[in-house]
Amino acid sequence: MPAPQFTSVTARAVVLDAADVDTDQIIPARFLKTTTKDGLAAGLFADWRGRPGFPLDEPSAAGAQILIAGVNFGCGSSREHAAWALAAWGFRAVIAPSFADIFRGNALGQGLVPAAIEPAAHAKLMTVVRDAPDTRVTVDLERLEVRWMCGPEADAVCRAAFAVDPFARRQLLEGVDELGYLLKLDDRITAYEGVSR
Amino acid sequence: MTARTLFGKVWDAHVVAQEPAGPAVLYVDLHLVHEVTSPQAFAELRARGLRVRRPDRTFATMDHSIPTVKNPLAVADASAAAQLRQLVVNCEEFGVPLWGAGDPRQGIVHVVGPEQGLTHPGMTIVCGDSHTSTHGAFGALAFGIGTSQVGHVLATQCLVARRPRTLAVEVDGALGPGVTAKDLILAIIAALGAGGGTGYVLEYRGAAIRALGMEARMTLCNMSIEAGARAGLIAPDDVTFGYLAGKPHAPAGAAWDAAVDRWRGLATDDGARFEHAVRIDASALAPMVTWGTTPAQACAVDGPVPDPATAGGADERAAATRALDYMKVEAGKPLAGKPVDVVFIGSCTNSRLSDLEAAAKIFAGRKVAAGVRALVVPGSQEIKRAAEAAGLDRVFTAAGAEWREPGCSMCIAMNGDALTPGQLAVSTSNRNFEGRQGQGGRTVLASPLTAAASAIAGAIADPRPYLEAR
Ligand code: SF4
Repeated sequence: MPAPQFTSVTARAVVLDAADVDTDQIIPARFLKTTTKDGLAAGLFADWRGRPGFPLDEPSAAGAQILIAGVNFGCGSSREHAAWALAAWGFRAVIAPSFADIFRGNALGQGLVPAAIEPAAHAKLMTVVRDAPDTRVTVDLERLEVRWMCGPEADAVCRAAFAVDPFARRQLLEGVDELGYLLKLDDRITAYEGVSR
Repeated sequence: MTARTLFGKVWDAHVVAQEPAGPAVLYVDLHLVHEVTSPQAFAELRARGLRVRRPDRTFATMDHSIPTVKNPLAVADASAAAQLRQLVVNCEEFGVPLWGAGDPRQGIVHVVGPEQGLTHPGMTIVCGDSHTSTHGAFGALAFGIGTSQVGHVLATQCLVARRPRTLAVEVDGALGPGVTAKDLILAIIAALGAGGGTGYVLEYRGAAIRALGMEARMTLCNMSIEAGARAGLIAPDDVTFGYLAGKPHAPAGAAWDAAVDRWRGLATDDGARFEHAVRIDASALAPMVTWGTTPAQACAVDGPVPDPATAGGADERAAATRALDYMKVEAGKPLAGKPVDVVFIGSCTNSRLSDLEAAAKIFAGRKVAAGVRALVVPGSQEIKRAAEAAGLDRVFTAAGAEWREPGCSMCIAMNGDALTPGQLAVSTSNRNFEGRQGQGGRTVLASPLTAAASAIAGAIADPRPYLEAR
């Protein structure tokens, strides 16, 4: 698989206003009985799909590439299938006030950018997107900011900064493959094994 | 030398390379593998023409999707069977030892690692499984990783990791009768919140921790991830060494003595700084149960379910309301007395011999209430044999509970053991997420004592009166 690359995405967003969304909800365990990464989009939020008002079922969700969710998104199981399923559905970034650690790493590895922004900005963004689902939201990894139009004037742009580990950011901007990076350290690993193991 | 934490000592000893102001490349001493999170990683190695760098530091078992009956491969559904078969193929091709179906060492990955003596103090341990934190009970730095990183570790025995911060969980006092390590960890998670440990490694310290046996310590560390902490550690001591001595993969002879000398140095130095600390009084705790859909939503079994209106922020209030609605639980009233459909005793949290002994104490001479299905699923073949040798299986079956073959079973409901929509289970596992134990199922997390008492009562029950009646 080629290393994922990401600079910036501008697209419509879906609001999933729930805290502590765990990876069992993102993709229930019955969809993990697979040996490939194929077909996982079908499992995305499988048990929440079809519930009245579930945002991903709304017609406006079609073509959205950004998910806006609540605090501690992706908690629970380490299943990378959660990041795979979100990416397979078409998401390229998730915006939330905070993310669970393992999910954050899994997402970055897939080129699915976890953008953690301040709660106040997050609340504002949710309101804007709810009121106007066609709002174009930008997640810009180069400038480390989320941007959206927040008024009728052409220059009414709201911005919210987010942080991404600088090493992971460089990898994504340049399309560096993490396994390739580790494989190049072979001599140092061997030296370490000679001394310590 | 500056004073260091236990975590700091283990981390520092495993840094192969350090990116300036960035992550470290960390060496992995032990890599545990199971069928669900490994197939795509082996496929990646195959696609790139790579081998497993250290098959001698890699061990695989079958647990998540294996049916908990005799001859599991014969009855597994097609996709589970394919996944289990793929693990066999992968382990053969890459030379990885596998404790598969029928092997006397097979069991839940976080049960068999310690049981076979693979888990040592001071090690770095990873697995494509968030409950790898269990192994922290030995003073190992153990955490879950995603499948891509499983591939990285298979190929290089290393992974890229960012140094976490440290959080001391100081537990004073002593647990009262009928109050267990499971109740303690549920109380700790409730205090920290479901995301409160994010970015931290926990170190459990204090008199109440030192008093715990090894299996209870594993129960505690197991659920560190439910507070968001990837790892939770306990400094090794004579309890640890006593557990490990003589295990198949533990050092022996002179190597054992040298190892114990080294391991004794793994405690946090006096004066070492933690970035954050919380304090809990074990003496004040009652048996705990969860009322919501995250493990942090827990309260005393005899206390009232908290009113969402009193929860901290708007987010928490909304989450609590949503959880109560899903669980069909009423705020302000105790959970005790709520009718249950299923009781599940098992999982990497509470399926070890001491857990089964605790449950048996309650089951002995009593009957599971009519209409309640009770399953007891030992964590490993070895535990199953030990329990049967002690006659525990007969206690369970005489009470009307099912005695199953080892595996994750209804903890994750991938193997055919599952709740049906609407059923309420009291479960000794670690996750009460919506549908975790079966689509539409509702889960109340509790200790083996509370689970067993609830099976007898047919409703959520405080186990203490059942113990006193003995
Ligand atoms: S018992 Fe449950 S939590 Fe433990 S490894 Fe198995 S599925 Fe995961």
